[in-house]
Formats: sequence, C-alpha cells, structure tokens
Amino acid sequence: MVKNILIFIVLIGFAVLLANVFVGFKGNSELNTLANHYAVSGPEEVGSANLVTAVVVTYRGLDTLGEVTILFLSAAIVSFLLKIETSASRKRKLRTTSEILDTASKILVPVTLLFGIYVFINGHLSPGGGFQGGAIIASGLVLMLLSQPAKEVSHKLITIVESISGLSFVLIGVAGVIFAAGFLDNTLLSLGKFGTIFSAGLIPVIYIFVGLKVGAELSGIIANLQENQNEV
Amino acid sequence: MIQLIIALFIGVLILIMAVIAIIHKNLVVGIIAAGAVSLFASVLYLLLSAPDVAMTEAAIGSGLSTIIFFYVLNKIKRQNG
Repeated sequence: MVKNILIFIVLIGFAVLLANVFVGFKGNSELNTLANHYAVSGPEEVGSANLVTAVVVTYRGLDTLGEVTILFLSAAIVSFLLKIETSASRKRKLRTTSEILDTASKILVPVTLLFGIYVFINGHLSPGGGFQGGAIIASGLVLMLLSQPAKEVSHKLITIVESISGLSFVLIGVAGVIFAAGFLDNTLLSLGKFGTIFSAGLIPVIYIFVGLKVGAELSGIIANLQENQNEV
Repeated sequence: MIQLIIALFIGVLILIMAVIAIIHKNLVVGIIAAGAVSLFASVLYLLLSAPDVAMTEAAIGSGLSTIIFFYVLNKIKRQNG
C-alpha cells in the first residue's frame, strides 16, 4: 500500500515536470544557426543528397565511430559470454521447419540481403545508410537460421569482414586528417555530380564499410545466440 | 489535421502496448507487445518525416531485438525448467 502511494507520488512528480515542458513549448518556425548552416551549405560542401547522411558521416563522423565501437563491444561481450558453453561437444535437438517457411525463406533471404546492400550503398541518396543496411542484412540471416536451424554460420568469415571493414573505416578517417580538412573528411575523392551514385566523395565508401561492419556484428550476435538454442 | 489525428491514435496505441508489455503475466506476450511498441513508433517517425530513424527503429527495435529476446527467453526457460 505504502509502495503504491510512493509510486503514485513519483508519477505525479514526473507529470508536473513534463507538464512544464509541454506548456512552455514553442515550435521553432526557422532552423537555428547550426542546422541552417548544414541545410544551406551542406549540399555544396559535402555533396550528399541525403542531408542526414552528410551530418552522420561527415560533420559528426566521430560520433559514428563511437556508435560503431559500442556495437563492437556488445557483440564481443555476447560472443565472449556464450563461447564457453559452445566449446564442449554439444548436441542440439532441432525442430523441423514448416514447408511455408522453407519455401518463403528461399525467395526472401537473397532479396533481403540484396535490399540491405542497396540501402547502405545508396545511403547518400535515399533514406538509410550503414546502420540500417547492416540491420537488414542481419534480419535476412535471422530468416535463414529460422528455416534452416542446423546451418553452420562461418564465424571466421564474420570476424574477417568485421575487422577489415572496421580497420578501413578508421584508416579512411585518419587519411582525412593527413590529406584533407579533418577526421573522416569526404573530399579526398572528387564530389562528383550531385544526386548520382558516384557522388559525395568518400561517403559511399565509408558507408559500405560501416554497413559491412554493423551487418557482421549483428549477424555474429544472432549466430552466437542461435547456436546456443535447444541444447540437450 | 488528419495527420495529427493519426499521430495521436498511434501514440495511444504505443501507450496501450507499453502497458501490456509491463503488466502481462505471460512473457511471450510481453515481448511481442514490446516489439509492437517499436513498430508503431517507427510508423510515427515516418509520419513525422524522419525516414532514417524509422528504418532503424523498424529493423533493430521491432525486428532484431524481439528475436534476441525470444532466443534468451528460450534459453532461460530451459535452464530453469
């Protein structure tokens, strides 16, 4: 009873705090200085048709490196914690899959993987990018593992793709410091014609590496968890 | 105006799903409700013209994290039972 009253009081406190924010809210009719700079001179400076990509990869590239590092850490911790139990010789009782799932996955898995690649290659033109494309690739892997639970996922391949793309991402960033304006500067390559696939300098290259890295990490997490299922 | 009504409707749906996810006794229902929160949130982001965030939320929030929760739930059930 006392606990419920305390919860109620805390909730009312939150409501009062949020009500202040809600009452005092006035929408901005125009962008602030920084956003205005991005919107006005972004297409000229970066050459990316999708402004979100311009901000994520170039203007705030260091934050993207931090996000990728966090994802790498969580993937490493999952495989570290689950590794011990998989090392012993193990038997798994696998459930047979239904005909519908089997047939659907044969068609949908290649299409899903291809769509993921499309999303991160076109990150500078259309909505999406490395993180979204990597997540879509991992979803394709989930579908494949649901229909064929006995399939072995090559952890060596995942490790190699992950390391090479992560290293290339950082090396491109450092090359930007040495040869161009700053970390992850995309003007190492020529900016090209605005709105075409070979434009925005290094952004497509960077996003391909980010997409491969994120896809490999999420696939590694999924594969590790899947291999630990239904052990006898 | 019609967009505002749809947005409010989705907001109410998100709240209902979130409450179900917290108070339902069956964990499977809870996980699916938590996935539905992400799915409705991604539709809301799309209505508020943030397609990049909507894609991330749909792929990671309602797709991958739901499946990871199911994998972990299955493993915990086996170890406890």
